[in-house]
Amino acid sequence: MASQSGTVSPPLEHSAAQRGEAYVTPRRGLKRFAGKEWLLFLLFIAPNFFFLFLFTYWPLWKNVKLSFQRTDLLAFSGQQKYVGWANYEWLIGNSTFRYVVQNTVVFIVACVVFTLGLGLLTALLLNEKLKGRSAVRALVFAPYLLSGAAIGIVWAYIFDPRFGLLAQILGWFSIPSPHWLDRPAWALPAIIIVYVWKNLGFATVIFLAGLQSIPKDLYDAAKVDGAGPWWRFRSVTLPMLSPISFFLMVTSVLATFQAFDIQQVMTKGGPAFATTTLVYYVYEQSFGQGANFGRAAAAAIILFIAMLIVTAIQMYFSEKKVNYDA
Amino acid sequence: MPDISAHQRQIGGKFFGYLAMLLVILIIGLPLFWMLSGSLKDLKEIYTFPPQWIPHSPKWSNYEEAWTSVPFARFYLNSVIITVFGAGAQLVCGILCAYAFAFLRFPGKNWLFLGVLAALMVPPEVVILPNFLFFGNTVRDWFGLEKNWVNTYQALILPGAATAFGTFLMRQGFMQLPKDVLDAAKVDGAGHLRTMFTIVLPMAKPIVITFAMISMVNKWNDYLWPLIITRTTEMRPITVGVRLLFDAEGNNNWGVIMAGTTFVILPLLIIYLFGQRYIIAGLTAGATKG
Repeated sequence: MASQSGTVSPPLEHSAAQRGEAYVTPRRGLKRFAGKEWLLFLLFIAPNFFFLFLFTYWPLWKNVKLSFQRTDLLAFSGQQKYVGWANYEWLIGNSTFRYVVQNTVVFIVACVVFTLGLGLLTALLLNEKLKGRSAVRALVFAPYLLSGAAIGIVWAYIFDPRFGLLAQILGWFSIPSPHWLDRPAWALPAIIIVYVWKNLGFATVIFLAGLQSIPKDLYDAAKVDGAGPWWRFRSVTLPMLSPISFFLMVTSVLATFQAFDIQQVMTKGGPAFATTTLVYYVYEQSFGQGANFGRAAAAAIILFIAMLIVTAIQMYFSEKKVNYDA
Repeated sequence: MPDISAHQRQIGGKFFGYLAMLLVILIIGLPLFWMLSGSLKDLKEIYTFPPQWIPHSPKWSNYEEAWTSVPFARFYLNSVIITVFGAGAQLVCGILCAYAFAFLRFPGKNWLFLGVLAALMVPPEVVILPNFLFFGNTVRDWFGLEKNWVNTYQALILPGAATAFGTFLMRQGFMQLPKDVLDAAKVDGAGHLRTMFTIVLPMAKPIVITFAMISMVNKWNDYLWPLIITRTTEMRPITVGVRLLFDAEGNNNWGVIMAGTTFVILPLLIIYLFGQRYIIAGLTAGATKG
């Protein structure tokens, strides 16, 4: 921070030492000043670092250790045994766990594809000059903020196969409603519908911000070149949106990895594990019936590494810049 | 037919635009409407076909029944405590840390900042088990306590006291403040605490409010950790509490259950009504600058 010119006279009541703080030019002053500033820096970051260490980094390390131990409920009395990779091997060989991983992948891909696809369509719509579009934008975004637990319960009512909203709407077309939450084939799609409904607004708002930052003259230039609406969309809108789409994709994948409350409320991971994703599995192995801490910890580490890979991919590509615009 | 095309196509486009907008309103709004209308229906109206969109005589007693069949007043109190102290702690930790990284010198400070950002990659779901064990027995050993901290407010609040996201967001905001105002304060001999309270915070108010709101919404909606760490009904926050109502009423008394979910959602809608601008601005800021 460059100091102002010497013409600004310091207030008279300040001591020489304090002036030394304000003017960083003298060597001695700098040294004393820096020492004090370092201390202040440490003081200011201390609370945040203390809690980050205590409840994020240290438990992550404990989790790694736990994943190599056999620790059942006896852990409370300190009974632990090192078992190497046994927990990981058990998980990989376990058909339920493989089913859970498959569910997680299906769930994430479906949620992200539908949320981004429909979010882009909604954003394109709200980017048009239509009356009331900002009110609609506010409405579309609202579900994103609402409690997943409460929303899950509302949707359990909507999915009620006899008297729910969806059953009524399907009834107009004489289509019988599936037993959404009681059938393994329907439960995961039902949860996906709720997630897309809840997160659509986030994608819409981000896409809208991206659309509004595209320079108008690009469209004008395309028009001069005789490009129709579809071609303008393909040659201007889509490429200009690519960095933001990529950002949205990665954040959505990471957020969907962590989805928990809606499943817990609507299906409790069932029926027959049909809606159990990795996070839910970690929860069940930690606190459910037949809890096994070692396996839970190993599953948590697998979840962590999967998310780390997604983040690494993002960092790799955002270094390279997804579009060619500066 | 060059004469009619441009104008008519535009009108046609507008028409389809409004039609599509109506569709969006229905898809997003109908479930919320269904919740509100359901919360005022009696059992007979819930179990009729075709549906009763607007209840004939609104049954307000559903709200009373929901409020008394599980202790909602207590759930509200717990949620307010968690939200106020949890978001308050995050604000204090985040502002101090962001200020330090934006304005104070320290050797290797960029590496330390990476240490904050790396925490973003450790989702809370990954560490729930060790954190639970921490409150289950580690604290007992450390402080020589008789009882552990499971089912206490400190266990509900402390794990969410730090913030990597808030530090990142507010540091960005602080660094965009005009340099000359800060320099002028320095020349005036203002200490860092005074600079923070009289210059930085007032000038960076929008970003601080944005983070405060996001933090409050997150605390209010938090579900997994309170579900694990609370054991008794009187310690449950409202998100877990409404689940208890759902279990207590079974899969049929939808009127009362919808009244309960309205209790959870209402404060959020009020916050959203007032802070919509801030919340959307804060969430999009991270995306468009990246």
